[in-house]
Amino acid sequence: MKHTISVIVENKPGVLSRVSGLFSRRGFNIESLAVGTTEDPNMSRMTIVVEGDESDLEQITKQLYKLIDTLKVFDLPAEKAIQTELVLAKVAASEKTRAEITQIAEIFRAKIVDVAETSMTLELSGDESKVDGAIKLLTKFGIKELVRTGKIALQRGSAEL
Amino acid sequence: MELTGAQALLESLHNEGVDIIFGYPGGVVLPLYDAMFADKRVKHILVRHEQGAAHAADGYARATGKVGVCLATSGPGATNLTTGIANAHMDSIPMVAITGQVATPLLGRDSFQEADVTGITMPISKHNYLIKKVEDLPRVIKEAFHIARSGRPGPVVIDIPKDIFTTKFDYKYPDKVDIPSYKPRTEGHPKQISMATKAIQAAKKPVIYAGGGVISANAANELKELAEKCNVPVTTTLMGIGAFPETSALSLGMLGMHGTAYANYAVTDCDLLIAIGARFDDRVTGHIAKFAPNAKIIHIDIDPAEIGKNVRVDIPIVGDVKKVLRALIDKVGPKEKHVQWVEQIEEWKRKFPLAYKQEGGIIKPQYVIEQAHELAKDRDTIIVTEVGQNQMWAAMFYKYTKPRTWISSGGLGTMGYGLPAANGAQFGRPDALVIDFAGDGSIQMNIQELTTAVNNRLPIKIFVLNNCFLGMVRQWQELIYDRHYSHTNLCNNPDLVKIADAYGAVGMRVTKPEEVRGAIEKAFAINDRPVLVDFVVAKEENVFPFVPPGQAINEMLID
Ligand SMILES: Cc1ncc(C[n+]2csc(CCOP(=O)(O)OP(=O)(O)O)c2C)c(N)n1
Repeated sequence: MKHTISVIVENKPGVLSRVSGLFSRRGFNIESLAVGTTEDPNMSRMTIVVEGDESDLEQITKQLYKLIDTLKVFDLPAEKAIQTELVLAKVAASEKTRAEITQIAEIFRAKIVDVAETSMTLELSGDESKVDGAIKLLTKFGIKELVRTGKIALQRGSAEL
Repeated sequence: MELTGAQALLESLHNEGVDIIFGYPGGVVLPLYDAMFADKRVKHILVRHEQGAAHAADGYARATGKVGVCLATSGPGATNLTTGIANAHMDSIPMVAITGQVATPLLGRDSFQEADVTGITMPISKHNYLIKKVEDLPRVIKEAFHIARSGRPGPVVIDIPKDIFTTKFDYKYPDKVDIPSYKPRTEGHPKQISMATKAIQAAKKPVIYAGGGVISANAANELKELAEKCNVPVTTTLMGIGAFPETSALSLGMLGMHGTAYANYAVTDCDLLIAIGARFDDRVTGHIAKFAPNAKIIHIDIDPAEIGKNVRVDIPIVGDVKKVLRALIDKVGPKEKHVQWVEQIEEWKRKFPLAYKQEGGIIKPQYVIEQAHELAKDRDTIIVTEVGQNQMWAAMFYKYTKPRTWISSGGLGTMGYGLPAANGAQFGRPDALVIDFAGDGSIQMNIQELTTAVNNRLPIKIFVLNNCFLGMVRQWQELIYDRHYSHTNLCNNPDLVKIADAYGAVGMRVTKPEEVRGAIEKAFAINDRPVLVDFVVAKEENVFPFVPPGQAINEMLID
């Protein structure tokens, strides 16, 4: 099962390698990892998507807490969190297909951020099912290049950490 | 006060109460050694290999309970420390390792003697630092000592570039540590404690399984009190040796791969297992699904990540072992004796005692340990070991009654640990009788540390159980690999007596059983330099009981 966890760490040099090293050392699989600063510049937030059962999740959480630089770790299940991901997709396009691609972009509220003779680049964001759905539809045109930021998430409601 | 980084480091160590460090100089730490030339408040012991410095600091920490400190230069000096850092990490030993680093402008350029020390030590230390601004130095030192000794103890590495040592700044040592992301929980949760109390009260066949956490928490007295109040037999791990007096009727000795038969039977049969400061290591549990299969498990540990890591736990209690045990002692009522259970254990003890066969004319290694115990038991003695059969026999055939009297490399199983660790222990406890039980393989791995011992007139006793083999590996080859003694024969060993002599230590050789006692007495009488006794012992003696890897711990080979 996939879990989305949020890790608040001290914004210190080496902290990313401490976290990623921990995952590889202990044999936990990272599907994606997104990291950036938070409202407090001294803290960073990592959003990590991992594969594992409940007991893996428990071990991961505890091992993360064991890192001296870790302030907080929590699980953000889809029903309790806003989860989103940003994607840039460069899709093969011609006179003939451009209109159809534009239509798909509209349906998924993607932005067309670049148009060239033989390609169009779409900027798309949303949760996993939306992003996966869009990519699936675009595949038939030929995706030349694709980049995903990895998921980021915040808990719903007015609660703060 | 205006100081250079080097002076500030020494001042900070002094402020932390450090009185001894083990180190070895080199290019980038020259400014620090120069500062030491003037400031001698912290005693520096020159070792002969950086691995020796790390193990000495570790042995010192285990013998005293204080933080051990070691020091090395950048690159090869630092990489030589790493085995010792990993060793301390696996056994949760408080240590601060200071390494020099190339100057900050040279970092990341493959400069001469540059190694990425924070990168290398990340997975083998509790935490590490690379100091990039001299102003951070006092805070980092303060934090490092705090982290090393608090919570679950462990080694902390501080990497200091050369220019940091020479930069002047306004020094002030912080009097408080504040690391918002590091607040180890020490009080056990009251609800968990009362659940544990009930489980103890209800148990018919309880066993306590105590590990090194009892020793690092200085909780041996509490362990004894709880065990006696509730009549619970106690088995210890290799790391837990000394946490409970083996002379007590409640003692089961060690459990696991080379545990006593009665400890392994008791754990397999118990209905309540109280794990205290232990981590369900594979050498302890054997086939994990068959470990304590009928037991409810209480697990008390300072490290939340240990709970549920290897086995499912019914009643976890996270907290300082000493505090949790105190709370339990206060809560549990006195228990009736588990007559049947105690009787059952007595029967196992009668049927399957720890034993070995004497053979005429040949010294049995176990006999050397027993004789050493006879002669040393009434003295303030610390037993240190190397790794292999020597270590297991020393664990089994010496009877330990006090914490910090057993010093051995548990988690990493580092050959070459014993001699430098014995040095460290003797520095920490100058009046103690320190004995290093060694194998002829292990002793050669850090033999250069004999110089450190000789130069400092350390009267350590090195008792080599010389079987001309890498004995423990040979044992596995005999029992599991059809006696294919592939590369385990050490028949070309050098003459260890001459080696001792060349180093300026006393060397003796003993070949007959009747000479063992006299030689030990003679060794004990020497108090101004190290003694190495080369006991020529039975070559193919095995350590029994032995749980073959992957088996359940009650499926052991007893002889
Ligand atoms: C540094 C290191 N290398 C290899 C090993 C693997 N090993 C474990 S026990 C052992 C044999 C030890 O031989 P010796 O020191 O003669 O002791 P004995 O078992 O004969 O008492 C070896 C090679 C180890 N534990 N540590």
